[in-house]
Amino acid sequence: MSYDLKMRVWRGDADGGDLTDYTVEVSEGEVVLDALHRLQATQTGDLAIRWNCKAGKCGSCSAEINGRPRLMCMTRLSDFDPAETITVTPMRTFPVIRDLVTDVSFNYEKARELPYAELGPRDADGKRRMMQVDVERGQEFRKCIECYLCQDVCHVVRDHEDNKQHFAGPRFFIRYAELDMHPLDTHDRRQLAQDAAGLGMCNITKCCTEVCPEGIHITDNGIIPMKERVVDRKYDPLVWLGNKIGLRNKDNDGRTEV
Amino acid sequence: MGDRHPMTGNEMSPEARGGMERHAYDVVVIGAGGAGLRAAIAAHEAGARTAVVCKSLLGKAHTVMAEGGAAAALGNRWPEDNWQVHFRDTMRGGKMLNNWRMAQLHAQEAPERVLELEDWGALFDRTEDGLISQRDFGGHKYARLAHVGDRTGLELIRTLQQRTVQLGVDVFMECTVTEVLKQGGKVAGAFGYWRETGRFITFEAPSVILATGGIGKSYKVTSNSWEYTGDGHALALRAGASLINMEFVQFHPTGMVWPPSVKGLLVTESVRGDGGILRNSEGKRFMFDYIPDFFRAETADTEEEADAWYEDKKNNRRPPELLPRDEVARAINSEIKAGRGSPHGGIFLDIASRRDADYIRKRLPSMYHQFKELADVDITAEPMEIGPTCHYVMGGVEVDPDTQQSAVTGLYAAGEVSGGMHGSNRLGGNSLSDLLVFGKRAGEAAAAHATTLDQRGERPAVDEADVKAAQADALAPFEVEGGENPYTIQHDLQQSMNDLVGIIRTASELDASLAELEQLKQRAAGMVVEGHRQYNPGWHLALDLRNMLLVSECIAKAALARQESRGGHTRDDFPGLDPEWGAKNLVLSLDATGAGVDIAEKPLPTMPDDLKQLFEPPPAEPVEAKEADK
Repeated sequence: MSYDLKMRVWRGDADGGDLTDYTVEVSEGEVVLDALHRLQATQTGDLAIRWNCKAGKCGSCSAEINGRPRLMCMTRLSDFDPAETITVTPMRTFPVIRDLVTDVSFNYEKARELPYAELGPRDADGKRRMMQVDVERGQEFRKCIECYLCQDVCHVVRDHEDNKQHFAGPRFFIRYAELDMHPLDTHDRRQLAQDAAGLGMCNITKCCTEVCPEGIHITDNGIIPMKERVVDRKYDPLVWLGNKIGLRNKDNDGRTEV
Repeated sequence: MGDRHPMTGNEMSPEARGGMERHAYDVVVIGAGGAGLRAAIAAHEAGARTAVVCKSLLGKAHTVMAEGGAAAALGNRWPEDNWQVHFRDTMRGGKMLNNWRMAQLHAQEAPERVLELEDWGALFDRTEDGLISQRDFGGHKYARLAHVGDRTGLELIRTLQQRTVQLGVDVFMECTVTEVLKQGGKVAGAFGYWRETGRFITFEAPSVILATGGIGKSYKVTSNSWEYTGDGHALALRAGASLINMEFVQFHPTGMVWPPSVKGLLVTESVRGDGGILRNSEGKRFMFDYIPDFFRAETADTEEEADAWYEDKKNNRRPPELLPRDEVARAINSEIKAGRGSPHGGIFLDIASRRDADYIRKRLPSMYHQFKELADVDITAEPMEIGPTCHYVMGGVEVDPDTQQSAVTGLYAAGEVSGGMHGSNRLGGNSLSDLLVFGKRAGEAAAAHATTLDQRGERPAVDEADVKAAQADALAPFEVEGGENPYTIQHDLQQSMNDLVGIIRTASELDASLAELEQLKQRAAGMVVEGHRQYNPGWHLALDLRNMLLVSECIAKAALARQESRGGHTRDDFPGLDPEWGAKNLVLSLDATGAGVDIAEKPLPTMPDDLKQLFEPPPAEPVEAKEADK
């Protein structure tokens, strides 16, 4: 079963652009990216789209579909009425390069500022031992495909360019959480998360969790526990007193602050 | 965004000559998948100034799609496992055509390469004892694949990506290399363009590592992404290196068949490794009808034995669903052709009736998600419809097994773009370990080569005439008036390769494919692109298409020449293995015109006697040689 789909696609570059109307033939079982590829192959060969795996695994084809941040390859046309016009625009938080392709280098710059896993030595037999239940917490965050939809939707940076300098964003808060929850890691990055990454600027509206195509509980399992850990370290009066009189906090065992 | 040329979109920078960007490095790695990143890490750690150049954003390369795991004889599940068993499985999976030395190095070094990822922060699934868990896969005697659910590739690439960033290796993202530059027969650098601006870029470097992956985009039904256009294969040919084993293309037995938009998308072998079975439309578990003599002694012939194997590997033989991929793909193909296919032209892959829903969601989360989101199928409740899909090319650049250097001094190849390691058929799980083992080796050798040249003061210089020529070649599609659209030519190429150079081949069809390729080459010569150079996918495709055509010709020519059936090459007119062909490789190189390829035969390297013993019948109890190899 095929039909003519009406689409409005943003065309332009850094200097500006407009929504352009197209009509393209689509068929059953297709996704938004299929429709755009057919446009590219038949009507507008230079339509710029960033994509790779077309299976929701690489996180390249992020855009805003009818205003909602989504992966184009995982948005099925059957979710829309065939008579409906589907509007596709580039992610708004990042500068446009051309058409639907945005300059996401903000995320790569933030990635460079991140700390890394620092594990202690291996066991005597050259292997490492961790329990499944312990690695699972970090594994949830490592499902992240770096589509940056959470960064796109986050209101801290979406309409506040100046915040970008001080705010790493949800994608990187879960990286902090992942490292903090790593069973064999030896560093304490709580202060770094608060100061350098701007964890405190997040006011947990959960928009990031809502748009995550991997269903990662960014806010509940990542950001909130991370905020609690920061608070424990920074504001808990007992911890404060303990630090003052030189009592070692068990929470810091085996970890060095960076 | 600076000043762009109004027509070309090229960003002109006052300090760069002619708008051309230039960089000097010791080692330039082309490709940022597992092999490329591992090579870059190794080169950097060896002290080389290293750059990675990749067509996509960092972290998006095709490695991300790998699902099942990385094969390494860690012995965590089965202490009986060791490198000799892995080596033997790999050679037999490749029907003994593998370069024995590569297979040996791979089996020996894979465990340490996997453990190293853990040092860098990877979080693999665990055994009950807390060790890295290992899963069953086709052709592997023991559960051997280190994995993270069914998203192992993502874990691997993210770990390597984070390590690369941590070390401060320079990465040139969305940048495509179109030529390897040489001086006096040695590598001098590479030439390419920024996808974003269309601006040209020249790298001066005595060592270039190709890590560009495969060729799957030349086929219509494929699990590969747009990047898989055989760039490294073609760059190597044009630089004067040779390719081997190009007739061997792996069709993964299980790709999605419906809906049409995801046809070819991979369904991991882990489904079968974790208990899934194949049935035809009559409900028959048909793989028992397709056990080849070569694997009969080690394959179960009853459902009872096959089902018991998952728990007790000592007293039972492997289920036939876990034969190597070439065997399973051919069997599925035969069942579909015989009219016993599923409604959408596939075969049923059933795990729902075999394992409980929790187990399936836990072990195969991506598959559950993929079928639910894209096909409205709940794999915990109903069978999947699947069929063969073009997945991997065993063939690639002919390299030295220890250093991964090609016939051209300073040009290296690692991962899927290199040839020899997998022989005529790759075992599942051997790809992720391959790219770690040989990525590291290539990176180290490339760094050492740069050091040696510098010590002798012999660093080759880039010839300006070559840069001009490369520039003209890249701009040629803009010069044509009224030519054909590259998308149409690509579409016709994919259809032609699918129909005529697919799973089952015959001389007449291969002849026809070569004739069609000639026509496609002519059409491509007059191809035109619209618009300007800034992020123009039509132009990018036009440039990639040249590589696809050259590599497709290699596959068709080699497939026509090899008159036998072996691994990923099945000839309807020459069924069965031929021992004479089993002793030689087909080597392809660029012909004198530069527009086509020549083919030659070359004897296989001879395996030393101590390794030969591993294959002597009856297959002895696994050799206890763990200590010897420490």
